[in-house]
Amino acid sequence: MPLPRRNDPASIFRNLDWVTVLIYLVMVLAGMVSIYAASYDFDNASMFSADEFSGKQLRWIGLALCVGVALLLIDARMYETYAYPVYIIILVLLAITPFLAQDTKGSYSWIKLGPMSLQPAEFAKCATALALAKLFSSYHFVLNAKPSNYFKAIAIIFVPIVLILLQNETGSALTFMALFFVLYREGMSGLVLFAAFFAVVIFVVGIKFVETSVMGVPTGEFAVMLMVMLVMVAMTAVYSRRLEVARNLVLWFGGTGLIEYILDLCGVPLPGMIITLSVIGIACIYIVIEAIKLRRPKLYVSVATAVLSIGFLFSVNAAFNHLQYHQQMRIKVALGIVEDLRDAGYNVNQSKIAIGSGGLLGKGFLNGTQTKLKYVPEQHTDFIFCTIGEEEGFVGATFVTLLFLALILRVIKIGERQPTTFGRVYAYCVASYFMFHFCINIGMVIGLCPVIGIPLPFFSYGGSSLWGFTILLFILLKIDAARKNVLSY
Amino acid sequence: MRKNYDLEKRKYVIGCFIIIVAAIFLIRLFDLQLNDEKYKRSADSNAFLKKTVYPSRGLIYDRNGELVVFNQPAYDVMLIPRDVQPFDTLDFCATINITKEQFDKRLADMKDRRLNPGYSSYTPQRLLTQLSAQDYGRLQEKLYRFPGFFIQKRILRQYNHPTAANVLGNIREVSSADIERDDYYAPGDYTGDLGIEKSYETYLRGIKGVEILIRDARGRIQGRYEDGARDIEPVSGRDLRLSLDIGLQQYAESLMVGKRGAVVAIEPSTGEILCMVSMPNYDPTLLVGRQRGENYRKLVDDQSWPLFDRALMGAYPPGSTFKPTQGLIFLQEGIIDLQTAYPCAHGYINGGLRVGCHAHGSPLPLKPALQTSCNAFFCWGFKAMIDRRSKYGSSAKAFEIWKNHLVSMGYGYKLGVDLPGESRGFIPNAKFYDKFYSEGRWSANTIISVSIGQGEILSTPIQIANLSATIANRGWFITPHVVKEIQDTVMPAEILDRRYPTIEAHYYADVAEGMRMAVTGGTCRRAAIPGIEVCGKTGTAQNPHGKDHSAFMGFAPYTDPKIAVAVYVENGGWGATYGVPIGSLVMEKYLTGKIAPERKYMEDQMINSSIIYAAPKKK
Repeated sequence: MPLPRRNDPASIFRNLDWVTVLIYLVMVLAGMVSIYAASYDFDNASMFSADEFSGKQLRWIGLALCVGVALLLIDARMYETYAYPVYIIILVLLAITPFLAQDTKGSYSWIKLGPMSLQPAEFAKCATALALAKLFSSYHFVLNAKPSNYFKAIAIIFVPIVLILLQNETGSALTFMALFFVLYREGMSGLVLFAAFFAVVIFVVGIKFVETSVMGVPTGEFAVMLMVMLVMVAMTAVYSRRLEVARNLVLWFGGTGLIEYILDLCGVPLPGMIITLSVIGIACIYIVIEAIKLRRPKLYVSVATAVLSIGFLFSVNAAFNHLQYHQQMRIKVALGIVEDLRDAGYNVNQSKIAIGSGGLLGKGFLNGTQTKLKYVPEQHTDFIFCTIGEEEGFVGATFVTLLFLALILRVIKIGERQPTTFGRVYAYCVASYFMFHFCINIGMVIGLCPVIGIPLPFFSYGGSSLWGFTILLFILLKIDAARKNVLSY
Repeated sequence: MRKNYDLEKRKYVIGCFIIIVAAIFLIRLFDLQLNDEKYKRSADSNAFLKKTVYPSRGLIYDRNGELVVFNQPAYDVMLIPRDVQPFDTLDFCATINITKEQFDKRLADMKDRRLNPGYSSYTPQRLLTQLSAQDYGRLQEKLYRFPGFFIQKRILRQYNHPTAANVLGNIREVSSADIERDDYYAPGDYTGDLGIEKSYETYLRGIKGVEILIRDARGRIQGRYEDGARDIEPVSGRDLRLSLDIGLQQYAESLMVGKRGAVVAIEPSTGEILCMVSMPNYDPTLLVGRQRGENYRKLVDDQSWPLFDRALMGAYPPGSTFKPTQGLIFLQEGIIDLQTAYPCAHGYINGGLRVGCHAHGSPLPLKPALQTSCNAFFCWGFKAMIDRRSKYGSSAKAFEIWKNHLVSMGYGYKLGVDLPGESRGFIPNAKFYDKFYSEGRWSANTIISVSIGQGEILSTPIQIANLSATIANRGWFITPHVVKEIQDTVMPAEILDRRYPTIEAHYYADVAEGMRMAVTGGTCRRAAIPGIEVCGKTGTAQNPHGKDHSAFMGFAPYTDPKIAVAVYVENGGWGATYGVPIGSLVMEKYLTGKIAPERKYMEDQMINSSIIYAAPKKK
């Protein structure tokens, strides 16, 4: 059997992951149509007119496809070979951008190149992914082997974050945090992700629900303590591998809780905070005893989690109350505690109305009145999902949501079938970016996340974001198509 | 490479995570789009009609609580082009009293993107503005026949007294520059123009509200969305209480009829402006309503410049009203003491230069010099200061010190009055003369006329009034202002900060005594009011526009003064001709509430006299 030639266009065509390509094409075309709808006014020219945002987006799409095809024709090994140089060049570009850029709504991230403006931050995503993949694929690199490996990986992620923050593009900078998913896949303890997630939950819940109280404890703090109890039970069950220990905890928490509840109903005033803290404290002592008896030091994690969570809760509240009133308000508006219909909350409220008014099948293409009337700002860029929700209804919005789900799962699948660490890590980087943009963008449009100005990949208007994501995806497609040429070690 | 199957399982964790997120999104979308009653309602209806609810603009009261400016409703006819169905155009035109041609013209203008850049067939557009109450009533009844049309209530200003237009200002429709500058404005909004309407715009305007109405598929209003639960209530503008005494303002305006110039009166202890007259004036109601544009054009074209607030923007030579500042500077700098007397040989004669003066005793010290308004005294003093190289090194350095004293008294820069458009006046600095005469080539005699308030010196009537208030206070002043209180707002304390000129207070007492002597036995004898000790200083300012300007500055009573005034009458001749009578009548009216019988003739004289002004030369 003849060895397959390294860079045979026919083999690329045969080995290309056509499912991904199809999803990609559906997305960019649906994006263009949505942009046309979002910026449509009564006497608009045709969708393809160069004066319209949609016409401009069509040009961007055409160019993006050319770039995509060009990327497929490059030898896959080049991406690995030149990962670091590309990363360095992009970092330099990011560093000089604030000096070349003009002020665009307070951010200094756009470089003007003749008739078009480009945002280097969008291209930094790809370069960082390549660099991270290259790091992991270096000889004998195992993330958990030594702390310095963590240091290197985190440095690769954080240098672009810092440079992009300097351009005042907080949203784009946050995107890179998604790469911690890659570290998790490559061996970082899940506790880190869990701790980060839990910290956010404690912060939000602890601040959000302070108006009401349960048994003399503010609802937010009470809810956090309930969560802490649940986590303790779950961790104890997993780490002790003895269900009876977890069962005892459940009985303890449930029993004391029930007694408290009954006393509260009878109108006995209870020092709820002290009781709850003592209940958790006694549970901690019990777990420590069990840990010694069963010789399972991992059980201490459960105790540490409880202690740290409650400590974090109180310090957050203390710090928050220490802030000035307007700073508190800003955080509250961002968390949706205070509805600010005039300012920050306006976009989200309008976008919820627009989506909500879409109903099952939507108002029909170009018939969305809410977006037409310009109630929703940034509707052809960050809030494009709003137009889809209004005009195509629940069906359209669901379709787009599932399209993203399919894309992300497909990319994960591609990642897992890579024979090389480079390919796998790169694929996970791609998946992480898409996950982050998907979660945050749609989350903010439907009012589940604070408003962070990042685009919806392939849908939002803008050449830089479209090109950035296209490059990201097509490099992956090329690496994947060439995987059979790599001898499995 | 060995595959780590333990880690490979993590793909399920990540996969599950994203599936859970997608599921949450779908549940949320379901909730928003299918489950939620309020969004379903709006999905059935065509859309909301968001009607701006304009807040009522803050009312304006005078210092005694007299209502001066209030609101009246007006009605704009709006339409949403997309929702307009064929209708009986002639019926529509007849209802609101316009011709078919006017209607077609308005419609074409509205659709013209050059005239109306915000045009969109989806959004409410303004077809006609400020319908009368009768037209509004008729149209309201027939409105059901004209789908797509609706009426927007607006707020216009109305005035209880046709006075003080220069202080009050007016409101106009916002320009595209206003909208660019301030996010609050939308096309068709009103904003303050001139006067306090402009400088206190952010307090007066309030906050616009929104009323959300639901329309059916044919654009007819079906009612309020969620019974108004999502409406945003407008917040009314804050009321203002002026320091102006509207009665005094009207009285001063009546005295100034037929003349051009300004009258400013200040309460010295607070810096509150009691009246501020600019003549010729105009009726503020001219700038209200549909005739505003036409009237405004007429006022702009009027060659007597009624829109020009002479009290605040007119930069005039202060003439002899400037002399007290000179006395103060000379005393402060140790150039003279109260005994220093200078000769006057019917004027100042030195180095081939002669500045004329009138007949009085000679030589004179400061107080009699103020009493008789002796030009020579101040010329000599000025020369003694500016040419005293032994003290200052050079004339330029001496002049800078002289200038800095004047700046500290409020000359040469804006005082910071809370009204737009204040003029700086002009006090030259040494560099100005270095440039004009070249460095070192000038001395006191070159510029001697500045010492008697002529030459390059320019000041506004409000600066002159402020000097009067400073002397009345014996050495300090508070920045003059017209607004006394803003509803529900604490006025910033710094507005009431005392400002101290660089002159020691006791010198002011000497100058005040000189001004008192001018009334008892000097140039302003006509200012004397029975039972009140008045202090004053006349001014007769030469100028290139014909006859001398007549000026007066004074305060009363001598001890514990309650009012300080400045009067400036263009081409009025001697200070005693117009300045003194008008100034003293204003003070008398304010202090006693009436005019003494023996002074009635003076009042009649002022009310009935007018000055004929030549048409300005074409530029």
